[in-house]
Amino acid sequence: MLLFLLLIKIVALTFCVVLPLVPVSVYFERRFCAVIQDRVGPNRVGIPLTLFGFKKDCGILGIGGLIQPIADGIKLFLKEDFTPNHVRKAFYWLAPALTVAPALITACVIPFGTPITLFGHTEKLVIADLDIGPLFIFAIASITVYGITIAGWSSNSKFPFMGGVRSTAQMISYEIALGLSIIPVLLYFGDLNLSHIVQQQADHGWLLLPLWGHDASHPLTEKLLFWFPAAIAFLIFTVSIFAETNRMPFDFPECETELVGGYHTEYSSMKFAMFFMGEYAAMVIGSALVVTVFLGGWSLGFGTDSWISNLSLGGFGYGGLIHLAIFIAKVVAFILFFILVRWTIPRFRYDQLMKLGWVIFFEAALVNVFLAALIVAAPHLQGTIISLGALLLLIVTAAIIWVAQVSEAKPNNLRA
Amino acid sequence: MPSYLFWMFSLVMLLGGIAVIAFRNPVASALSVVTCFVGLAALFVGLSAFFVGVIQILVYTGAVMVLFLFIIMLLDLKDEVRRAKPLIPILGGLGLGIAFAAQLISVLAHNTDAALPELDKNTLVQASATLVDSGTITATGKIATALNAGSLPDVHLIGRALFTDYNLPLQILGVLLLVATVGCVALSKKTTPSD
Repeated sequence: MLLFLLLIKIVALTFCVVLPLVPVSVYFERRFCAVIQDRVGPNRVGIPLTLFGFKKDCGILGIGGLIQPIADGIKLFLKEDFTPNHVRKAFYWLAPALTVAPALITACVIPFGTPITLFGHTEKLVIADLDIGPLFIFAIASITVYGITIAGWSSNSKFPFMGGVRSTAQMISYEIALGLSIIPVLLYFGDLNLSHIVQQQADHGWLLLPLWGHDASHPLTEKLLFWFPAAIAFLIFTVSIFAETNRMPFDFPECETELVGGYHTEYSSMKFAMFFMGEYAAMVIGSALVVTVFLGGWSLGFGTDSWISNLSLGGFGYGGLIHLAIFIAKVVAFILFFILVRWTIPRFRYDQLMKLGWVIFFEAALVNVFLAALIVAAPHLQGTIISLGALLLLIVTAAIIWVAQVSEAKPNNLRA
Repeated sequence: MPSYLFWMFSLVMLLGGIAVIAFRNPVASALSVVTCFVGLAALFVGLSAFFVGVIQILVYTGAVMVLFLFIIMLLDLKDEVRRAKPLIPILGGLGLGIAFAAQLISVLAHNTDAALPELDKNTLVQASATLVDSGTITATGKIATALNAGSLPDVHLIGRALFTDYNLPLQILGVLLLVATVGCVALSKKTTPSD
């Protein structure tokens, strides 16, 4: 019975919530970029109703090209799955799976909503309520890099290999900024369980909107003070997610103008589609993580959440479904932000990317950890120690900025 | 952990380990190490050590082995594939393996094979009573609450152990790693006279 429920949850949340978000975000991508570029975009593809004996006047089912992702999928399925002769076959086949599977596995620790009650049984809307949520996501997501690296290497061809190597370097670099930037948040909540983090945000204000639920242990001044490290962490985390998912300002692994198509140049048909799906699934999960940690997850905010979660209709507690809808709405909004960034900001240069990661974000995240620790610990410390800590932090920050500028001064002095 | 899961992941680990030395292709060997690590992480998770298991994947699989793979790919070790099998390293390896197995057997032979108590609510509540105050970290905080509720807060427990019992070793280890990093940069950085 327990296993059966778990299976239902996996199917419902991973395959009916996260996976459909992938084609939906592809559709949004195409429509949104069309809006930005003053084009129309795919707006025609609908269900071919005439095939089923309907008149064409029932256009509501295919409105605005919503069926476009299905058509894309069918096209990719029907294409010839060509395996070039010069590839290393086993790895060539392994790589697409290694890209798409980890992104879907990470969905299991995301809290999608408050528990649902049905037939007297209460079920949490999270597949595995682990106490190590964000770490689990980072760990599993870090396996994605193998998929891209192996794809590049097994293609046995120059440009895909360069794409794979670039992606390895990029993802390893930004994993560090990603991991460091979330530490202030974990310090603040004192918990690594994503469900608890969201619950705390629902009760005492979102991390970036701490405007309700003040009490003795969560005073308004501390929350407002913590807004600053939280905002810095949010900025670093979001940009690092962009780099981790190989999205546009940082899409070097597939940089068309330099590398043909990057690591997936030699792939066709469904194998290519799996890389494509992997990228979008990583984007969906990344958005879900940002929303969960910084923007309140499934919470509607302003103290309405306990009311929503207690809603029920004849023994069916449907409040969780409303929270699920709120969560999906937030995730879709963040995906739209991803898309907006992709179509507005041009691609960085590779050295700029590395410099941003190692010289700016790494140090900023490190200083941010100390700033957050100082703010979190301040109520328990004496005034002199706090001011001493603040002074020390200021000196360290100044020293880091100075070092960063010095390292900028003579770029031609080092030769590897 | 159900025993069939233990056997399955042990098998994954052992196959991965054997494949490391069986493959002649360095990239395949590196990927076998990854398989081995994933099996090991699964075994940790099976022992309710979620944090250790995840760190195993995050650090070793996600960072260290990626860098290994990176280097192997860049070096393009084609000669390694054709290399003959020299006798002495094989014998040496066998000797090491036998020595390790003998040691393991001798340790296991002296160990009384008593079953540890199940990690059920009863055990956890009993464990929460043994917590003691340590500095500003009180015994009635989050850890005790979680233990009394019947869940194992393994991250908090590891953090508590690191920052109370092993605080000084932790700091020393941090300094050691920092020195190693600085030394690595200093050694690998070639400064050329600026013309």
